[in-house]
Amino acid sequence: MTKDVSRSIEPYSSKSMEARVADRASEFYTLRLYIAGLTPRSTLAVDRIRTICDRYLSGRYDLTVIDLYLHPEAARQAQIVVIPTLVKQTPAPMRLFVGDMTDEKRILRGLNIILEPSESSR
Amino acid sequence: MTKTAMKPKSAPVSLPKCTTGIQGLDEITGGGLPKGRPTLVCGGAGCGKTLLGIEFLVRGAVLFDEPGVFLAFEETAEELAQNVRSLGFDLEDLIEKKKLAVDYIHVERSEIEETGEYDLEGLFIRLGHAIDSIGAKRVVLDTLETLFSGLSNDSILRSELRRLFRWLKQKGVTAIITAEKGNGSLTRHGLEEYVSDCVLLLDHRVEGQISTRRLRIVKYRGSSHGTNEFPFLIDEGGVSVFPITSLQLQHKASAERISTGVPALDAMLGGQGVYRGSSVLLSGTAGVGKTSLACHAANACCQRGERCLYIAFEESEAQLLRNMRSIGLDLEPWVKKGLLRFQVARPTMNGLEMHLASIHKQVEAFQPQLVIVDPITSFVSSGTAPEASSMMMRLVDYLKSREITALLTNLSHAGTVLEQSEVEISSLIDTWLLLRDIELNGERNRGLYILKSRGMPHSNQIREFLLTDQGVQLTEVYLGPEGVLTGSARLAQEAKEKATAVERSLEIERKRGELERRQQALEAQIAVLQLQFQTDKEEMERDITCEQAYLEKLEQGRHDMARSRKSDSNGHIVTPKKARK
Repeated sequence: MTKDVSRSIEPYSSKSMEARVADRASEFYTLRLYIAGLTPRSTLAVDRIRTICDRYLSGRYDLTVIDLYLHPEAARQAQIVVIPTLVKQTPAPMRLFVGDMTDEKRILRGLNIILEPSESSR
Repeated sequence: MTKTAMKPKSAPVSLPKCTTGIQGLDEITGGGLPKGRPTLVCGGAGCGKTLLGIEFLVRGAVLFDEPGVFLAFEETAEELAQNVRSLGFDLEDLIEKKKLAVDYIHVERSEIEETGEYDLEGLFIRLGHAIDSIGAKRVVLDTLETLFSGLSNDSILRSELRRLFRWLKQKGVTAIITAEKGNGSLTRHGLEEYVSDCVLLLDHRVEGQISTRRLRIVKYRGSSHGTNEFPFLIDEGGVSVFPITSLQLQHKASAERISTGVPALDAMLGGQGVYRGSSVLLSGTAGVGKTSLACHAANACCQRGERCLYIAFEESEAQLLRNMRSIGLDLEPWVKKGLLRFQVARPTMNGLEMHLASIHKQVEAFQPQLVIVDPITSFVSSGTAPEASSMMMRLVDYLKSREITALLTNLSHAGTVLEQSEVEISSLIDTWLLLRDIELNGERNRGLYILKSRGMPHSNQIREFLLTDQGVQLTEVYLGPEGVLTGSARLAQEAKEKATAVERSLEIERKRGELERRQQALEAQIAVLQLQFQTDKEEMERDITCEQAYLEKLEQGRHDMARSRKSDSNGHIVTPKKARK
């Protein structure tokens, strides 16, 4: 395991569960989308993720799109194998989303935007 | 580059090959892996796939100046470096010198959400970047199939892998792809479908509590190859594959003869001993003196100033030295001089392959002219008989190819046919000496004879083999009407013969004396006769003189008378007659 990929556990705070859930609404998202060239799939993924972010995370996200053809060394650093890959760096835990981002439900769940008790523990 | 990497012996093969540098592998593949193509290496867990890959890269980087990329799916670069450090591979150094690039690829399903269609372009980019950054000629993907557990879309993976192999071929890199062995198929996810140029299967089997690794070339398109399972092993020198028999039978044959250390035995072997570089088998039951004879050979070898490697499985070095002193053979000075080296090990300590490897290593390090294995039968206890036999075959082959004389002892068990070696290598043996017990008159004695000795005249006689405090001695056995006599029976017979001989010689002496006497008597007789003859001769000569004198006197008288008568002097011959009338 390398440092980049190790999942850190959310630190427990003294706040109550309710307060923490409430905090979530104000969390800032750092997202990176790795693509390889402007293939139809890449552009589709970029469009999709921008739409989702604008709708659910308006004003509290930072999305960087990285073309690996231009920065091949970045693939190694970020452990990218599959294209396209969206990496949620913050808030923890770090998560990877692969594919052309057509499965919106899954993305929202993974980004912890729709809260479902069984999913939040993953 | 292509030409230098190719072995000259594979010249008629049109397929260019990439020499792996792994001991033995190039030999059985006829020069290496297909150059510029992917090779699939499959096998179960712990069979050495990763190591084979690493060694392929390290040897390529060190020996052939071909940089390599290692794409690890299971271990991080640090773990990998640690794991192979014990084999003497310094990955960090190679990475620093830009001879090697290691990229750890981490795909963890629990961290990944699949949200639609995707491809593995990221893998291509990383691999391409790594290859281009060091100008790699070799690539190892270990273990690619991990992707199947990390990503759920099989059809995407399959098409992407097919693309990957095509891409690797286009890149012109020689690649090794490792894969876990599946149930009833070569790989768990059917990778053999895509990598079809060359497939190696590694295997790790435990038989009789001793494990042996084996390698088999399942297919090799466009090239001839050995089809057998070849044992291989992993030790501190990396991977070594052992061809059961080397593909060529091209030993040099020296005409030089070397002594066995026992002059009488040399005499039996056409007077000069055995050929250098030949293999000698000494077989016999327990306690017939195999080790003693072997030590004589070792002694003779050291006396020539040559080195001897003695591999003993039954006695410790100290015990051997002590026991040999009791027959007047002091080997210790040779050990001190560094001419004689003992390698003592219990046969069950290692599997056969490890034994073979350690012998190889010792031979490489010590460069002996004579290798003694005492006894080879011990190998049977660390493997099955056919394995031991194939191992011995390889050992004999190996020693022959290096022109090292091999002296092997073989312990035959009582009741088995003596003319049969336990590990069935008789056909490989050039000179086979048989030591046997001869039981007669309540005694057990040792007999030695030569069962065969290729390429030299040799005695067909059984010799009695004596262990004296002057070492091994061979004497002729007595062959009489009662059969072969040895030991005290032979001594009795010899005494009898000696007595007869003494008698005979006395008789001869006597006869000789008589002859002399007779000669003397004869000579004496001759002397007497000669003396008598002399006397007679003198007497007769005297008579003759007298007669002559008389005749002269008579003539004189007649003359006187005629003169006095004054007769005709012409008629003086006739006149006397007339006068007489």
